[in-house]
This record gives sequence, C-alpha cells and structure tokens, in this order.
Amino acid sequence: MLITNRKIAPPDSDKRWKIVEATMRKQGYSPTALIETLHTIQESFGYISDEALEFASDSLNVPPSKAYGVATFYNLFNMIPLGEHVFSLCTGTACYVKGAGEVLEFMKTEYGLEPGQTTPDNKLSFVEARCVGCCGLAPVMLLDGTVVGKLTPDQMKQRIQEWMSHDQ
Amino acid sequence: MTNEELLEIVNKEAEDNAKFRYRLGVCNVTGCIASRSNELVAGLQAEVKSRGLENEIQIKKVGCMGLCAAGPIISVEPEGIFYREMTPEEAGAVIDSLGKEPLHEKIIDTANEPFFARQEKNALENSGVIDPERIEDYIASGGYSTLIHAITEMTSTDVIQEVLTSGLRGRGGAGYPTGLKWGTVAKVDSDLKYVVCNADEGDPGAFMDRSALESDPHRVLEGMAIAAFAVGASQGYLYIRAEYPTAIKRMKAAIKQAEKFGLLGQDICNTPFSFKVDVRLGAGAFVCGEETALINSIEGNRGMPSLRPPYPAESGLFEKPTLVNNVETFANIAGIIKKGGKSFAKTGTAKSKGTKVFALTGKIKNTGLIEVPMGITLREIVYDIGGGIPNGRKFKAIQTGGPSGGCIPAEHLDTPVDYESLKALGSMMGSGGMIVIDDTSNMIDMAHYFMEFSMQESCGKCAPCRVGTVQLYNLLGKFQQGEATEEDLVTLEELCDVVRNTSLCGLGQAAPNPIISTMRYFRSEYMEKIKPSAPLAKEESR
Repeated sequence: MLITNRKIAPPDSDKRWKIVEATMRKQGYSPTALIETLHTIQESFGYISDEALEFASDSLNVPPSKAYGVATFYNLFNMIPLGEHVFSLCTGTACYVKGAGEVLEFMKTEYGLEPGQTTPDNKLSFVEARCVGCCGLAPVMLLDGTVVGKLTPDQMKQRIQEWMSHDQ
Repeated sequence: MTNEELLEIVNKEAEDNAKFRYRLGVCNVTGCIASRSNELVAGLQAEVKSRGLENEIQIKKVGCMGLCAAGPIISVEPEGIFYREMTPEEAGAVIDSLGKEPLHEKIIDTANEPFFARQEKNALENSGVIDPERIEDYIASGGYSTLIHAITEMTSTDVIQEVLTSGLRGRGGAGYPTGLKWGTVAKVDSDLKYVVCNADEGDPGAFMDRSALESDPHRVLEGMAIAAFAVGASQGYLYIRAEYPTAIKRMKAAIKQAEKFGLLGQDICNTPFSFKVDVRLGAGAFVCGEETALINSIEGNRGMPSLRPPYPAESGLFEKPTLVNNVETFANIAGIIKKGGKSFAKTGTAKSKGTKVFALTGKIKNTGLIEVPMGITLREIVYDIGGGIPNGRKFKAIQTGGPSGGCIPAEHLDTPVDYESLKALGSMMGSGGMIVIDDTSNMIDMAHYFMEFSMQESCGKCAPCRVGTVQLYNLLGKFQQGEATEEDLVTLEELCDVVRNTSLCGLGQAAPNPIISTMRYFRSEYMEKIKPSAPLAKEESR
C-alpha cells in the first residue's frame, strides 16, 4: 500500500476542519477511519458537502468513488444541508402499528413535505427516523432531536403545530 | 486492580450508602428521559436540598425498570415501593411521604402485578438498581469480581467449558451455541484476535440492547473482557447504532472508567492478559447487524455481507479470527461464570436455556422491557405480563423477529417461547422484539410495511434480495389495492421461495418471512383482495 505523508490542506480556513483532522490523525490517517471521519464531518457541519468528502478521501488515501459509495450507502449521512428545524418521525414497527402513518400524511397535507424534504424557506426539514428504541412510548417523534412520545396521532399533530408556531 | 482493591471499593460504597435512610431510584434511560426524567431528578434534588435532607435521602439515577408504559418510575428503598408516571411537580410530595403515608394512588403493586412478579432476571439483574454512570456502583453489586476470578484462577478452557455447560445460545437471533463459537475462535492460532460486540440493534420495534447498554454498561464490558480472555483476543470493538446517543455516551464513559480502574487495558490485574475496547458507530444500515457486514463497516467500507465460509471465527475483522456476539449474549456471561453454567441451564427448555429479554410493544397495555424464562408461553407474555389488549380490542397476532420474523396468530398463543418452536411457526426468536397487533390492523399492510423496510435496507449486493424485495413489495401493493389476480398469488409464493433460498445473507433469506407467515395464517385476507377473474366479461368484450 502506498502511504504518503503529504498533508492535505483543508478546503478553507473554517476552524471546524481542525476537528475533522483530529479524528483522522487519531487513527493515523488510515483508510479504515473513513466512516468515523464522515461522522465527524456531519457532526461539525451538519451535512457532508462534496468538498468535505474530497478532503476526507484525499487525506485518507481512499478513492473518491469509494468515499462517495460509503457516504451514500448509509442512511444517516446527509449529502445536503437540513433546514433550521428538523422534524423526525419514527417509522419503526411499534410506531407504525400505533398510527405514525397518520402523522406522515399530516406532514404532507399541512407542510407539503415528504420524508427527506425541506420547506422552500429552509425552516423545516422532515426526515424519517429509524427506530430510536423508545417503542414503549410509541408512536414517537423527535422535535429537533428531543424525543416526544406517549401521544395519540391527533395530539402529535397539535404538538407539531405548537412547536412550529414558537418560531414565528 | 486486584481482588483486594475491588473489595475496598465494595466496602466503601456500602459504608457511604449506609449513611442514607432513604434511597430514591429514578429511571433514567432514553424512554423515561423523554418523559422528563431528568427534570424529575433535578426536582427531587432541589426538594431534598430545600429541606436540608442531603445526608438522609439519596437521589440516584438508575437504569430501566421495565414498565415503560408507567415511566418514569421512582423506586423507594428500603420500603421497596414503586411509583408510576411521576412528574417533576410531584417531587415534593414524594419527599414528604418518606417515613409517612406513601402516595397510594401512584403505587405499583409489584408483588401482585404479574408484569414484575413473573419475570426472572439474569442479563438485566442490575438494570434499574445501579447507577449506570458509576463504575463503583457496579463493583459494589459484585461487578468485575468475575472477570478477576476468571483471569487469575481459571484457564480459558475452563471458561469456555462453563459457557458450553450453560447452553447459552446467541441472543442476536440466530441462536448459535455461544460456547461452540468461542471454542472455534480459541482454537485458531493467530497473533491477533478480535472480540466484537454487535450493538447495531436495527430491528425496528426492539430496544433490548439499547436498554441493556444504558442501564448496565459495565456488565457488557465485563462479558466482552471474559470472552476476550477465553478466546485469546486483545482488542475489542463495540459497534453501536448512531441512533442511540445515550447508550453511546454511557458506553464511552464506562470504557474510560474501566481503563482508569485497570479493568481494561494493559496487563489487567497484574496478569499477562490485556484487552482494549474501542467504540465504532453505525450509520443507519440494518444489514450491518449481519456479522460479516458489520465487520466490513468497522473496516470503513460499505456494510455489505461477505460469503461465508470463511467464518469470522477464522478470518474476520482485518482478516483475523474474530468473535462476534450480541449485547445480550455478553450481558449473560458474568452471571454464568459467577454462578456456574449448570445454574443458568436450570432455567429454560431442553434446547433453549436461561432467560431472554423481550421488548414488548404495540397494542398491549404494559409496554416495556421484560426478561422471562425460556419456555414461557406467548399467552403468558401477552395476557399476564403484558396485561392484554387495551381499548377493548381483540388480539390478532404477535409479531416476533422483526422484518425477518413472522406474525403468530391467536391459535398458537400457547406455544412455548424457544428458538425451535418459534421457527416451526414460521417466525423466529430474533433479537427479542415482540409487537402485538390487534384486530384494527390488516395483515397485508403489515407484510407490506416489512417488505418496504427490507427493500430499503437491501444492500444491493445480490440480485435475489435487491430485485426480489422490490418485486415482492410491488406485488403486495397490488393486493392492497385489490388489483391482484390468481396468478399474482402464485407468483408471490414462488418469489418468496426464490428470495428465501438464493439470497446471500440473512436479510434476504428472511425477508419473505412476514409474507409467508401472514399467507399461512391469514390467507383469507389475501384471497379477499383477489379480483374476481371475469371470464364472462372477456367473452362479452369479444
């Protein structure tokens, strides 16, 4: 394997690249650190931009095709930025059985959002969460990462409207 | 850390705890945190402080007490009282009630409530009792003494023999005998071996592993370390879902504490045994629960499964012999070594020993986490422990094994829960998700839901799964719309057979199970959706 010690310069002077570099350095810039690096990029920047992916792939000596393949293989990595607020709906089995589908419909009719979409004003993103493991409280939703459970679908709709109106 | 030093900690903890007259335990894992458990803890602490009772009442964050439906729960010691659905506003009332009249309307009658009375704890022994963020508390409850005993007084063969005797089988779902797996890895000669803990609990509707990791993280680490000693591994990885932030935080903290105490790291307990554990985060791919896919993911690749053999036991992570076990399997180890394999094997059925943790959810009164002896019937789980179906609805089916499992109807409720019986019914043990479905749900919709999941999660490596799941999904759609023909039913059955028999890994092989089991038990629902074939209409149109 060809390992060069050339240091790849980050795309710009943004301080957050230092965090990304620290993750890679900790693992000796090994190609196996790719997923860890992608996690750090997403934590620091909120999503994985093309330039970030290129930076990781160059630094870790991973072909860009592979880096792109890995980044798009996993559901958790966003390749586009999310809106200001993120609404996640758990779509696990327990939540499905207890009526999460109604809330899915509601997001479509009320905000015009399908899972994975963001409102044009960039205020709200709607994502489908993979089971968050709070099935005992199903159906479950996450309002900006805070788990909200033990509500009926109707109560959930009301809660979403309240949550959205806070910001206006 | 030696045994003497461990005992010192145990004694000091006992001394510290003896000072308090009352101890309040508050459930503090993800589910209850969502129900304001953190505010409740803060509220209790403030009330204690305002009354100047800091030296008499201890407020302790503990792990999962099981009954999520009634969370957050507060336990009061020494009285042994459990309060349900506590809010921060009630903090003062709880403190005032200590030593006086308890809050009757909030009490859970644990002695008579079958949810608590019918359970038997092994893996969850400390869950809801100890503070998961303090290693001292784990040590005080006997933690890490088994690891020290194993590495100083047992040989690796002894340890493996004990696990074999216990009859423990993999709790991730496949049910391979754990002792045999360990024996295989131990036999392979290699300079470097790995122990991997599979905490990629991707099955939607299951949260046993999350709860175990959040409630008793050191127990899993101790199990991993004992396994490493038995198979001769020096490096461990904990592969955990990124969707479980609290579990990740607690595991990382636990690893740091254990390293600080010399219970992980170089020359543990002054023996030549060294073992280090690193955390690796999953990134949302269900297929990574499959061991070869998980290994690929730790190596920084797409989580795609590889053909076996070679099995990971011979050539796994970085092509080295690798032991992969599930969280719950590791959580059972310390208990087995401590009490002996024979004692563990006393519980259960002929082929399925010990206890199993299940996540009981869906249309059932007592949703939550339970640990029950193998061999208990589904009826006991649903009607005794689970408290039956709420809102006056009727039981229709219980779904076990997640997207790889099946739906079991009412006529089979008296089946004992063990690996073979569930398989014979066309479902599987799986990792332990149990979702109760009532008569408001349509079984084709259920099958459609699971097929959509398997279709999205198919990694794309082999055609039967990549293409087959899409076709199955579309066919089910036709049934949902009432557009299906007799021919579609035949195609559906044939295709299930092809996908099951020709897919590369467990995901594809098991993906048709939800269809096969619903067709087996609820065939009429499929038949109703078939468009009446209209030979007459054809005649007329000619």
